[in-house]
Amino acid sequence: MINFNFFVLPFFLGLIYLLLTIGKSWYRWIKSLPAIDKVKFASGIRHPGQVFSALKEVFLEALIHRRMWKQNPLLGYMHMSFALGWFLLIVLGNIESRFYSGTHLNAPYYPIFLKFFIHDKLILFFEVYSVPGIFRFIMDFLLLFILSGLVLAFIKRKRSHWFGMKRTTTHPLTDRIAITCLWMIFPMRLLAESYTAGYYGNGGGFMTQPLGNALVAMTPFPSDFVAYTMWWGYSLALGLFFVTLPYSRYMHIPTEVLLTFFRRFGIQPKKWYSSLSETEVHSCSRCGVCIDVCPLNAAGIFDSQAVYFIRGVRDNYVPEKITQKCLVCGRCQEACPVGIHTDALRLIKRRELNSGQATEYRYLSENPPKTGTVIYFSGCMTHLTPSIIRAMKGIMTEAGIEFIHLDENRSVCCGRPLMIAGKDKQANELIEFNKALIKQTRAKLLVTSCPICYRIFREEYNIPIRIQHHSQFILELVKTGKIPLQSAFRKIVYHDPCDLGRGTKIYEAPRELIQKVADLIPVREEKGHAHCCGGSLGLFEASSHQRKLMTREALDVLLENNPETIATACPLCKKTFLPESPVKVMDIAELIYLAIPKKEAISTGPVPNPSSGSVSVQSHQELSF
Amino acid sequence: MKDFGFNVQPDFAIDFDRNDKRITEYLAIHEPSLNLCIGCGSCTGTCTAGHFTPFNIRQLHTLLRRGETSRLKPEIKKCMFCGKCQLVCPRGVNLRNVILRLNRAIERIG
Amino acid sequence: MLNKQRILIIGAGIAGLATAGALAGNGFEVVVAEKENQTGGHTRKWDRLFPSRRPGEEVVGYLENNLNGVTDIKFGVTVTGVIRNEAGFLVQFSDNTSTTADALVVATGFQVFDAHIKEEYGYGIYENVITSADLEALFREGKRLTTSEGKHPSRVGLIHCVGSRDEKVGNLYCSKVCCATGVKQAIEIREQLPECEVFSFYMDLRMYDRHFEELYFEAQQQWGVNFIRGRLSECSENPDHTLLLKTEDTLTGRPLRMNVDMLVLLVGFIPAPGTREIAEMAGLQVGSDGFLNSLDEHFNDNATTVPGIFITGAVKGPTTVVNAIADARATAQQITSWLKTGH
Repeated sequence: MINFNFFVLPFFLGLIYLLLTIGKSWYRWIKSLPAIDKVKFASGIRHPGQVFSALKEVFLEALIHRRMWKQNPLLGYMHMSFALGWFLLIVLGNIESRFYSGTHLNAPYYPIFLKFFIHDKLILFFEVYSVPGIFRFIMDFLLLFILSGLVLAFIKRKRSHWFGMKRTTTHPLTDRIAITCLWMIFPMRLLAESYTAGYYGNGGGFMTQPLGNALVAMTPFPSDFVAYTMWWGYSLALGLFFVTLPYSRYMHIPTEVLLTFFRRFGIQPKKWYSSLSETEVHSCSRCGVCIDVCPLNAAGIFDSQAVYFIRGVRDNYVPEKITQKCLVCGRCQEACPVGIHTDALRLIKRRELNSGQATEYRYLSENPPKTGTVIYFSGCMTHLTPSIIRAMKGIMTEAGIEFIHLDENRSVCCGRPLMIAGKDKQANELIEFNKALIKQTRAKLLVTSCPICYRIFREEYNIPIRIQHHSQFILELVKTGKIPLQSAFRKIVYHDPCDLGRGTKIYEAPRELIQKVADLIPVREEKGHAHCCGGSLGLFEASSHQRKLMTREALDVLLENNPETIATACPLCKKTFLPESPVKVMDIAELIYLAIPKKEAISTGPVPNPSSGSVSVQSHQELSF
Repeated sequence: MKDFGFNVQPDFAIDFDRNDKRITEYLAIHEPSLNLCIGCGSCTGTCTAGHFTPFNIRQLHTLLRRGETSRLKPEIKKCMFCGKCQLVCPRGVNLRNVILRLNRAIERIG
Repeated sequence: MLNKQRILIIGAGIAGLATAGALAGNGFEVVVAEKENQTGGHTRKWDRLFPSRRPGEEVVGYLENNLNGVTDIKFGVTVTGVIRNEAGFLVQFSDNTSTTADALVVATGFQVFDAHIKEEYGYGIYENVITSADLEALFREGKRLTTSEGKHPSRVGLIHCVGSRDEKVGNLYCSKVCCATGVKQAIEIREQLPECEVFSFYMDLRMYDRHFEELYFEAQQQWGVNFIRGRLSECSENPDHTLLLKTEDTLTGRPLRMNVDMLVLLVGFIPAPGTREIAEMAGLQVGSDGFLNSLDEHFNDNATTVPGIFITGAVKGPTTVVNAIADARATAQQITSWLKTGH
């Protein structure tokens, strides 16, 4: 039996090309891992437990597409039918081919084109349970499974909203060629197998045999010629797909496997463009899930979403405007089914763009601060929302806490606004300055009202001192009974600030606090899925008007359940919402401050001053009309 | 030039026609909000860096619009990018991007 | 005339009252609907008007005395429905009454900007921050300016353009009256408390109308009011409840810090709360700033795209008392000719 025909060549050569290309990329990526990651990789690969868990994840994500299922069941099924279906078709096709050839050493194309080479007798009804019968059933079933996914993919082109997607990615030419080849593969296989089965009157399964019989009966040309053409078409589609794959989005298929291993072995994103970044960039399937979640849509910006940015990075061409046109809110990162660190990638490219520009902070000098146990660092932005400062001072006075207001009169920026612009070196100058200042206070606890400051204090400061956002700090005071509270509000929704929520994963402390003084009502998109208020310091390339459009969309979601007040825990979110919101916008600190019973005496200084007579907020508000 | 033992006092006026306005033009194209400033000074009043050093973002912004970039270059490095200026601006000038773009323009155009 | 033609005027502020009086004088039956329990709107609450410093109440009184027999003023009602039919309009009110009318005048006016939105200025947070409207109310009660500590302030700051010319709060427009109001109030504070220093912080002083510049001149020459060209950036409170202002003195090009005992925010105009609702009910065009658009600003500035519905006064945008009254009379004239020519 000579199991060869010239039509297998496109497939065979394409496959060799593909394997070599993937091999080369994998080799390059593993080889260029930073030293620390190389150690992790080497130890991980020797550790069966880690390898198994990586394989398990590959199975669940790359084949079953678990995250896609969570995103939308139709989307999940579509991806699963392609990935799992094709995978099983290969595996079972191999086993089936061994059954026929009687050897384990088959040419790689043999199982793929098995039905071209094998024409055994017709499986009769009572022989369905024989080995060939079962294989034929399974192979036809898998083909049908994949084709059902293909039908869904067709429908998705026209009706993407059925798949939970409002906008889909616009793809470049290479991707369009690749998808055309991909979509041709299985219909060609169906036709090739069916015509062959029809021509020989045997060899087909429950789908291909009857379809083949019908096709042969209908076709005016010689069926063997038609079948042979179809086998050529099938092989060509496969071959072309394999050759275009490394240059198209389908490179994500092999790359995701390596990425999963990298991750399972504990390899983390770096601040520079590392091997992991390269792997992540090639793992992007351009599914476009990041497009719909991007707040920039509301501003009419459709060209800088993560998918387009990452494509630019992979093609080594990202216009600087695209790099800078991002809120760095982390919403896409939360939604990405591949788990690509979209924000980290964005900042890497910003570093490349902006890090060179010099700054000059030698002018900074500060008198030694007071010493004490607790530092309150309100943050630059909080100076524009003085009600938060007043509330914090009031709360700490109520709890009898003596504190140093480190930035009462002037402050040095925490450094995150520079870092989010990609200016790490410059940010570090400010960080060092602030660290020295904090150290001099000899404090044990640093409380800040600003999530932007809080995030960088935690991520970059490395100071031996407890760091809390005021929501955590106040919650502790409430829990330890230092602040008495009474229910003071009715329906409140909570807006998660990006840097506090997705940034530092503090979702519960503010919510617990609200529940102590009001009815917290849910928001359709909250916690990890919360909108950005539109004020983010991460965004450079957008007009003030575009920001307002994003703010309005975020507000629309927050107001869906008709709250009386919007609570948040960030001065920038508050400042952004305030002019646009039809309902009151308050910080967590303000809510708690107003819910402290009997507060005739408000002292705004750090030291309680019971002698100062003052009016409460409510009575003062009556002055306005 | 021959040394006469004295110098002619350089002209203190802004020589608008002679100023190199490439950076100004670059910014006006890439960040059109540059031109919205009415010089109210809100940005300078709130500026974090301006609390420590004579750094006047409103003045620098105006110098930029006049093409007076030589005085601007050493000064603009003092910005901390905190974004307060942008938050208080009544005209919606995208100041952080003006400064970032300006930095890049200085790097490229000189 | 057997059947007098009837005109409904929504809003009994100065524009509504002046329109009512002029239309009644022309022989029409006039009905006025007012959401509050008195006429005169903001002008009645305004102690004195610039530049003449005539009491606001005097202007309202004059307009009331010249209503030419209009007696049908519904107080405490808002419009809940506007139906256009063959005969004209059927307008429903919040008290479940209704009236028919041949023409409608929307004169719902304005409200002052809510200064809480400019949180960095501390209104509603610091006790010694008040608005220009609060100050007028205080003057009207005959009270003297007093800090939360019960003392007379020795230094007061006046902040121009609060809620006006501010893209951040969505109001790009100039409110037209705050500059002159601010200068007038500066003079009045000095009149009341000769020992008190007054500082005005401004972006531009728009002294555009007759006698305005003279008022500015008087404030400097006679009353020693200080003007600093810089918009307030931040305000924080000192432990003794005085206020620390942070701004730039743009004329010297340097940041400026100043402690004051009290701060007055010159709040601008924003559309009255009911304007948008009425516009939606009646199908009127609302401008991007929330004020109503007329058919043509030069040729037909009181008519709207809906025949028979007219707009007058501050519902069209910020305006002075003088201009509001002039506009009202123009509106009355236009309605008269429109009704007499049979539309």
